[in-house]
Amino acid sequence: MTHRPGPRKFGFETRMVHAGHVPDAHTGSRAVPIHLTTSYVFDSPEYAAQLFELKQYGNIYTRISNPTTAVLEERLASLEGATGALVVSSGMAAQFVALMTLLSPGDEVVASSHLYGGTVTQLKQTLLKLSIKVTLVDPHNDAAWEQAITKKTRALYGETIGNPRGSVLDLEKLSRLANVHKIPLIVDNTFATPYLCRPIEWGATIVLHSATKFIGGHGSAIAGVILDSGNFDFSRFPAIAAPSPSYHNLRFFDTFGHYGFLMKARAETVRDVGACVSPMNSFLILQGLETLSLRMDRHVGNAQQIARYLEQHEQVAWVSYAGLPSHADHALAQKYLPKGPGAVFSFGLKGEGAEVREDGKKFIESLQLFSHLANVGDVRSLVIHPASTTHQQLTEEELAACGVGPEMIRLSIGLENVEDLLWDLDQAFHALSRSIRA
Amino acid sequence: MGSGSGVSCAVTLNTSLTPEQRALYQDVGQINHLLDSARTIALVGLSSDRQKASFFVAGYLKDEGYRIVPVNPKADIILGEKVYPDVASIPFPVDIVDIFRPAQEIDGIVDQAIARKEKGIDSPAIWMQLRLVNLAAAERSLAAGLTTIVDKCVKMEHGRYRGGLHFAGMNTEIISARKRKR
Repeated sequence: MTHRPGPRKFGFETRMVHAGHVPDAHTGSRAVPIHLTTSYVFDSPEYAAQLFELKQYGNIYTRISNPTTAVLEERLASLEGATGALVVSSGMAAQFVALMTLLSPGDEVVASSHLYGGTVTQLKQTLLKLSIKVTLVDPHNDAAWEQAITKKTRALYGETIGNPRGSVLDLEKLSRLANVHKIPLIVDNTFATPYLCRPIEWGATIVLHSATKFIGGHGSAIAGVILDSGNFDFSRFPAIAAPSPSYHNLRFFDTFGHYGFLMKARAETVRDVGACVSPMNSFLILQGLETLSLRMDRHVGNAQQIARYLEQHEQVAWVSYAGLPSHADHALAQKYLPKGPGAVFSFGLKGEGAEVREDGKKFIESLQLFSHLANVGDVRSLVIHPASTTHQQLTEEELAACGVGPEMIRLSIGLENVEDLLWDLDQAFHALSRSIRA
Repeated sequence: MGSGSGVSCAVTLNTSLTPEQRALYQDVGQINHLLDSARTIALVGLSSDRQKASFFVAGYLKDEGYRIVPVNPKADIILGEKVYPDVASIPFPVDIVDIFRPAQEIDGIVDQAIARKEKGIDSPAIWMQLRLVNLAAAERSLAAGLTTIVDKCVKMEHGRYRGGLHFAGMNTEIISARKRKR
């Protein structure tokens, strides 16, 4: 068979280990070099001026860009199918930078209510200080999204897999709605990772991640990323299209086209907010990213088995994992996350009120392998009681809206031997039933 | 200049062209060869406004060692270079005619470039910048034997293969385990 070699569109796993890093001409270093430097010597005064005017490509200061971070940026952009990326100091910084780049005082955002608690406080409290109003809606209520959108709405916002109930965002439906209103859809894809779901393929404009989670995997470095599809027409979107007073009246969309939003986010927002990532952390996240597909296959495999075990357990009231046919979003999960809906989900112990809250504490204290801490997406299995920790700043109504009750326990399933994890849960249930009898 | 010898990755993002049109007008090898071999680039519609995209592109190309030739009926000197009113009036050979004018004006510009070839002055490549697409003009240009690039930014393409675009956090789509050329 003769085969004429044409340009090749390389697969996900190939891009996971190669994208964004071509060995440099001088050293040929195969591993990604760590550029621990704050600043970069200019070729000439004229060249420096060109760099500051954004007319020449290159590095000025690590708050704006860094060669190690650039590898992580391009690799993540490649894996998400984005036109580019901006890596910042954390997932929360990524949200804030994306929104600060898009919004002005008086603007509004409509967001799913199924969000990480920290995101809810950033959207509802911190943005309020900047006169930005965020309306939270039930993500599955089409009419609620529609009704919440006003003339001032500048973006729709949601999580691919909602924290902590594991609900699945209907990406195609929301991107259609965003298109009708000519506003971008912003999707936090942290729980899915680009291996399980790529929101840009379903019409999202901007994708965010806490790279601290599955992308890094090791739980040793914090970082966040903003990715742009490059497909949104910002020509009538004031924050990106209008002349920028902090850049000699530069019109970012006019000059940089499909890269206008990210250039503004980098050259203005991060320049002024200062939420830059350490090059060391970029390197650490890259080490994890190289094995993402292998880890995610194992994460979702383990999660599916554990969710099934819990669903059949007599001490469990409910399990909220979209991989189970009993989950309301099972069909959405099969559509958007065919490899599996992640490895973070929650379940409820039987019981009510203060009693079940105590049971939850006792259960967590009895676990031997699950680490009790406030993170997800680690190679190790993790457990937390959201009502008293990650979501504790929320009001009763907000807790109810995102479905966080005192009986809820959130798990992040790691890469351990699944039989060992099942053993651990089993012995914790035994400890619980002993204490109930006693 | 480029990234290793013979980059053969698919570059497919941010274009309105179909895969068949991309094969004709966005060939990776052809773009690399053109940017490596060209010395003189005429920029049709180069603005004297410092914040316009064309000004960014022209300044960059000049920095990178190309001779830039501004073409604009309403200016005399831009970026220190003498301005010509149209492509026909440039009295020396050019390697690329880089077009920053709307699609409906591209026919006339391409006609002038084809006429230059017929007169034996030069045989410039036609380059239509991002979103400035006139496929009928592109077909004529190609049929006349001119290298034709459509819906690409010459600065971004140069940056893609030189490494600069990568430092801005952009997805260059280049995948290669070979060392970059010095």
